[in-house]
Amino acid sequence: MSGETTRQELFQYVIRLGDNALINGQRLAEWCGRGPFVEEDIAMTNIALDLVGRARMLLTYAGEVEGAGRTEDDLAYFRNEREFRNFQIMELPVGDFAFTTARQFFVDAYDYFYYRALQHSVDSTLAGIAAKTLKECEYHLRHSAEWMLRLGDGTEQSHAKISTAVAELMPFTYELFDADGIDRAMQANQIGVDLNTVEALWNEKVNNVLDEATLERPELKYTRSGGRQGLHSEHIGYLLAEMQSLQRAMPGQDW
Amino acid sequence: MTDSTTLPEIFQGRIDSEEKIEPRDWMPDAYRKTLIRQISQHAHSEIVGQLPEGNWITRAPSLRRKAILLAKVQDEAGHGLYLYSAAETLGISREQMLEQLHSGKAKYSSIFNYPTLTWADIGAIGWLVDSAAIINQIPLCRCSYGPYARAMVRICKEESFHQRQGYELLMTLCQGSEEQKAMAQDAINRWWWPSVMMFGPGDANSTHSAQSMQWKIKRNSNDELRQKFVDQAVPQAEYLGLTLPDPDLKWNEARGHYDFGEIDWDEFYQVVGGNGPCNHERISARIKAHEDGAWVREAALAYADKQRQRARKAAA
Ligand SMILES: [Fe+2]
Ligand SMILES: [Fe+2]
Repeated sequence: MSGETTRQELFQYVIRLGDNALINGQRLAEWCGRGPFVEEDIAMTNIALDLVGRARMLLTYAGEVEGAGRTEDDLAYFRNEREFRNFQIMELPVGDFAFTTARQFFVDAYDYFYYRALQHSVDSTLAGIAAKTLKECEYHLRHSAEWMLRLGDGTEQSHAKISTAVAELMPFTYELFDADGIDRAMQANQIGVDLNTVEALWNEKVNNVLDEATLERPELKYTRSGGRQGLHSEHIGYLLAEMQSLQRAMPGQDW
Repeated sequence: MTDSTTLPEIFQGRIDSEEKIEPRDWMPDAYRKTLIRQISQHAHSEIVGQLPEGNWITRAPSLRRKAILLAKVQDEAGHGLYLYSAAETLGISREQMLEQLHSGKAKYSSIFNYPTLTWADIGAIGWLVDSAAIINQIPLCRCSYGPYARAMVRICKEESFHQRQGYELLMTLCQGSEEQKAMAQDAINRWWWPSVMMFGPGDANSTHSAQSMQWKIKRNSNDELRQKFVDQAVPQAEYLGLTLPDPDLKWNEARGHYDFGEIDWDEFYQVVGGNGPCNHERISARIKAHEDGAWVREAALAYADKQRQRARKAAA
């Protein structure tokens, strides 16, 4: 493998992580001012803030790896739909509180086990970001797992809503573990993590929480994947149009 | 003090000697009512204030600005929370306060009934609205009611942070392209007068002022605070290179203050009375959030209930 290929692969690898945090944060931030009560409004805004902070570290690093002088903002505001590499689950519209809870729970559990493993990356920048991120992931997972229990084991209505959300989202979780060549190369050179291990831990956690929340884990009748290659749901274009509007309208300015 | 000193006299005596009144202390009913009205109105302002600024979170033009704005709006919600808690010490529940907000019985700061049309509005709010809030709130850190005074100390620190961030945002625009500078000027044109109005009616028409002064809930008149705001803002605007939209604004050597033009009181009373550009939208958004969240709050209560029953069973 040439040095250049590795650099391109590492860039792709880091940008995927950065995009996942950015797009998840962008969606979660839509709750700001609309939460079911003030404390929860604050908690969701706080988590969105953590995700944006994580995205900034990762996109800045991606720009450094690429070596073409692109900043976090160049990467966030001047890439198009096909260049974003986040999982589709991140970009789905915000939905109701049950949908947001289920999405956060699936993603938080993934991030927790993923970054816990990534702390041991031979890439010291990634290891450092992972160590910093892990503390937040732990809190995020505790938060969303508690809400899974409250909604699953709360009222009949909340049980029905969270069941629907879990059923809607489960096909999108397939993608989290749908490794491609870049994942395998990064695992082989000990920069990346072993997705099979993450998947086993994720399954255990998800099954336990669903079980305690008196929720069924639905069978997968279909699956969604493709974000790693920039193949998205139709929602991504609208999300980017909104997020990037001002930078695109007046490019080349300081903000 | 003699034996015939009455509770109200003792109460006023404590206030006069700058003692703090605490939740369990005796207080006149009207003092309690005034504080509940003022603190809950203040809390509602923080919460409704999330909406115009939240409007730009998803469109913030850099990730740094997005993070700053998220943190700011989160702070404002936190202020709302401290203030709801302070009001609760006076014997009103959060549910009751929200009911009053949603029904229109309780007011909130009229400034949040104006729309945020461009990104520069976020800077204008940070600079002007947070400045006005600080000027209003610094004297409240010495308010006679302990829980309110203590909440204000915490809040004021964060507001001055917001003010600097807003000013820095505008500075960036003013040092940028012509288009950016025009955006900043337009925002100031729209936010200046509503900010000047944030101090409420002029002293001659202020209904609650005299009693609140005597109780040391209020320490300065509306017009005094308004003057302070104008005096502070004028040089700051000059430094930005922006023009405040008031042709009568000029330094008065004799007074040692800036003179400024007549406030459009008709606009003020229109907006206070519910007829501002976003009054209906702001309250509707709050009601919708509350109603959409009802099933969530019910689920949390039901779950907590089940957990308690399980714990009791396990202990038996
Ligand atoms: Fe505030
Ligand atoms: Fe503020």
